[in-house]
Amino acid sequence: MKTTPFTDIHIALGAKMHEFAGYNMPIEYNTGIIDEHMTVVNSVGVFDVSHMGEFWVKGPQALPFLQKVCSNDITAIPIGKAQYNCFPNGKGGIVDDLIVYHYETEKYLLVVNAANIDKDWEWVNANNAEGAILENASDRMAQLAIQGPKAAELLQQLTSVNLNEIPYYAFTTGTLAGVDDVIISNTGYTGAGGFELYFYPQFGEQLWHAIFEAGKPYDIKPIGLGARDTLRLEMGFSLYGHEIDDTTSPIEAGLGWITKLAEGKPLIDGDLYVRQRAEGVSRKLIGFELIDRGIPRADYELTDGKGTVIGRVTSGTMSPTRKIGIGLGYVQTPYAKIGTEIAVSIRNKELKAIVVKPPFRK
Amino acid sequence: MNIPSNLKYTKEHEWIRVEGEVAYVGITDYAQGELGEIVFVEIETVGETLAENATFGSVEAVKTVSDLFMPMSGEILEMNAALEDHPELVNNDPYGDGWMIKVAINDLAELDTLLDAAAYEALIG
Repeated sequence: MKTTPFTDIHIALGAKMHEFAGYNMPIEYNTGIIDEHMTVVNSVGVFDVSHMGEFWVKGPQALPFLQKVCSNDITAIPIGKAQYNCFPNGKGGIVDDLIVYHYETEKYLLVVNAANIDKDWEWVNANNAEGAILENASDRMAQLAIQGPKAAELLQQLTSVNLNEIPYYAFTTGTLAGVDDVIISNTGYTGAGGFELYFYPQFGEQLWHAIFEAGKPYDIKPIGLGARDTLRLEMGFSLYGHEIDDTTSPIEAGLGWITKLAEGKPLIDGDLYVRQRAEGVSRKLIGFELIDRGIPRADYELTDGKGTVIGRVTSGTMSPTRKIGIGLGYVQTPYAKIGTEIAVSIRNKELKAIVVKPPFRK
Repeated sequence: MNIPSNLKYTKEHEWIRVEGEVAYVGITDYAQGELGEIVFVEIETVGETLAENATFGSVEAVKTVSDLFMPMSGEILEMNAALEDHPELVNNDPYGDGWMIKVAINDLAELDTLLDAAAYEALIG
């Protein structure tokens, strides 16, 4: 199993460790998922997300290459900004979802899912007729996500970079806690605000200890992948392998907003997206809340409440904030309208649920 | 790890406290620790007579759901109603206030196949 620069720290803290995407990762620490979740919602928590993959795309062919393989309009990203994207797979599905950073002129950073690093690397190389310079930096970059309403205040104590001047989905490179060349990015997967830091792995421990020292007044806590999942689910964010995969179209997944067919953009699957937008799709990703008492889980059936299966749950949990069952799933399009009453089939019972527009946490 | 010596255990991490011809059943300290915070206990089999190893309910943590199995055959006389609003009792007091069901034991001989504390401790090693 692969490790991150923080694996020993997680083990020393007593985390429940589990294999995820080939890495030995913390699922939860001693206080449990609900406490970790609420820590991020109300104050600040730190996630080791060093397992994420990073590719550099460089040179004069970087932009035309990215315009073809990335769903969003890469020409619309100024230097210093980031943008959410997916890689269309040429068959209407999604290879992966990712963030593209415009780092400097003719230089982009692609941050991809840990579970897909090898698949993505193969994909970008196989589709690089343009001849962009590609570099897989996944093993040379570590990442921490400092998330929550107190994240900016805490991190500001560790850097002379003015964090107020970094808007959402923007970043800068600077010195933080005495570590140079840290990419400080106003992004995250929690909906609670905060920053993601990218740095060389050898500085990991120094950064971790500085952040936890400065975070003491805020009761900062380390947060595992369990709470990372419940936090993203309360926001309705898609997770690759659940809401999106090689068989789901971004249009079905409600990600039409990251498919841009700008003038002259030769996007893979671009024609298909135009058609799906014009003609509609037969199923759609929805958010739903349980009215009855119960907890939806991935792969449970969704029904019309009268025994007819209309779809499938892709992710579900007890919402730590709302204390009710919440989930995401695909349903036949006529059932996707907000306010529609549906049901979740749980242990042979049809439990009432209602289609809502995420976020579940207001 | 708390493994009281006066209880019997199953390989599926249930504990059994025998009081004459009835038994109280719950899940072990080890089981609740592995599951994490328990947010829902569903038992809808009160009044039913179930076979040994039959599913009598389920217990849900934030991230997982697990079935609950009958350690012996018998009629389920009662469930712990307090768990409906306070499932966390299973975490906080697994052998006490976190008990799950009370069973009328069908055949006392079935108890002989259950594990004692030492055997259960060896199992979870």
